[in-house]
Amino acid sequence: MIKGGQVHRQIVFILLLVFTFGTTLGSGQHNQSDKKHQSGQSSEHKEEGFDPGEMIIDHIIDSHEWHIATIGETHITLPLPVILYHNGEFQFFWSSKFHHGHSSYKGYRIYDQEGPLKGKIVYEKPNGTLEKPLDLSITKNVLAIWISIILLLLVFGSIAKRYKRDPYRAPKGLQSLLEPLIVFMRDEVAKPAIGEHKHQKFMPFILSLFFFIFFNNLLGLIPIFPGGANVTGNIAVTGVLALFTLFTTLFSGNKHYWKDIFNTPSVPWWLKIPVPLMPIIETVGIFTKPFVLMVRLYANITAGHIVVLGFMSIIFIFSNMEPAYGFGASIVSVAFAIFVTLIELLVAFIQAYVFALLSALYIGMATAEGH
Amino acid sequence: MELVNPGFGLIFWMIVSFGIVLIILGKYAWRPILNSLRERERSIDEALLSADKAREEMKELKANNEKLLEQAREEQDKILKNARETSDKIIEDSRNKANEEANRILETAREQIKNERQAAMSELKKQIASISIEIAEKILIKELQSPENQKKHIEELVEKIKIN
Repeated sequence: MIKGGQVHRQIVFILLLVFTFGTTLGSGQHNQSDKKHQSGQSSEHKEEGFDPGEMIIDHIIDSHEWHIATIGETHITLPLPVILYHNGEFQFFWSSKFHHGHSSYKGYRIYDQEGPLKGKIVYEKPNGTLEKPLDLSITKNVLAIWISIILLLLVFGSIAKRYKRDPYRAPKGLQSLLEPLIVFMRDEVAKPAIGEHKHQKFMPFILSLFFFIFFNNLLGLIPIFPGGANVTGNIAVTGVLALFTLFTTLFSGNKHYWKDIFNTPSVPWWLKIPVPLMPIIETVGIFTKPFVLMVRLYANITAGHIVVLGFMSIIFIFSNMEPAYGFGASIVSVAFAIFVTLIELLVAFIQAYVFALLSALYIGMATAEGH
Repeated sequence: MELVNPGFGLIFWMIVSFGIVLIILGKYAWRPILNSLRERERSIDEALLSADKAREEMKELKANNEKLLEQAREEQDKILKNARETSDKIIEDSRNKANEEANRILETAREQIKNERQAAMSELKKQIASISIEIAEKILIKELQSPENQKKHIEELVEKIKIN
């Protein structure tokens, strides 16, 4: 399974390279002043040209509003609360005040120029300098996380009730769908990685990780509200998940684990004294492991979304040349998009599994007793 | 660039949300689920083991039953054989006894008949003798009524004696 995942990951990586290249080209050609218009919908871009790069990025990044559909010139969006902490006070207002990024409110606006501030809320002082307030807004991804959490609690709350009520009965319904996954995570992931006795303490963490990622991966594949937010393809989300793994590893690390890091056994002494080369490498290793976890999940999910959106873009690129081409391209594009989405279903599981498996392995390393 | 530029707000809310999820799911979902999974596995294991044991016991019981049945059959055969022997013996005995009794009765009867006959014979003899005497007396009386006859008779007698 891991091997298949690697092969697939390589394919996705190549596609990602191709499309990243494509998007940078697209962005480069685009006139900066046209970019005030913030929407990925093609219908209104027909006159001014369709930019697949911008459309794709718009679909996979976080946003202060949840765009559901555009009919003609009207955007159907779910406005989300903006929470800012600026100059010692909190500001609360709905993101609809920005009018899809076209206007500013109380001096705050969504920065739309290229650069590290793009897409962030900035405060423009009367003299023209920009300040960046602390943005604690309930963004699209935060809402999507909460929706997935409500789903998780509903699903697992209901099956936990059944487990509590009659633990000796055979599983049924939702329970029989999820029990194999729970048992799989316990018997194939946690037990071999952490050990027969110690795995119980970490099971809740590993199961939560796995199902949180799995649910969000699947929700991310649904193109319409309440799915569609690119939660697990957001580096902040995967970073926080990796951070939880890092802290779990650090806090559960035993004496043996720390000794291995600062005084690595079976390594020549001159790698430790006078220059502590091995301890430095091992210490860096503590942080590279969760970093890799973060990047792997983020890149896989984002790549999948980019590929699907790329195939969708092809339709509009061709139809911009000649509508008939668009129809022709749509057949191929939709077929490929369906194919990639099916692979994404597989990836949704594999990545959740890999994240949980590697977290379990890191925890196992930290709690292992001797060799 | 926006792709790898995480927003602070999202990081903050993610930490809070995932932390809460960990606590709530850990307490109200994973613990009961894992506990009852373990409990169920244990009970299934036990049930299988006890079923195995029961099967073993059943086999033993069956073997015992077979043995008992065999014993009972042997016992029955023995009892039947004994009974047959006993009844044969009883029949034989009673037959013998009956024969003996019959013989004895016959013997006694024969003895009695003999005795009776002897008694009857002697009686008959006695009677014949007395009857003969009587007849002889009567004849003698008739014969010897005349004196010549008496004389004749005496002479005959004397004649006989002389011969002797």
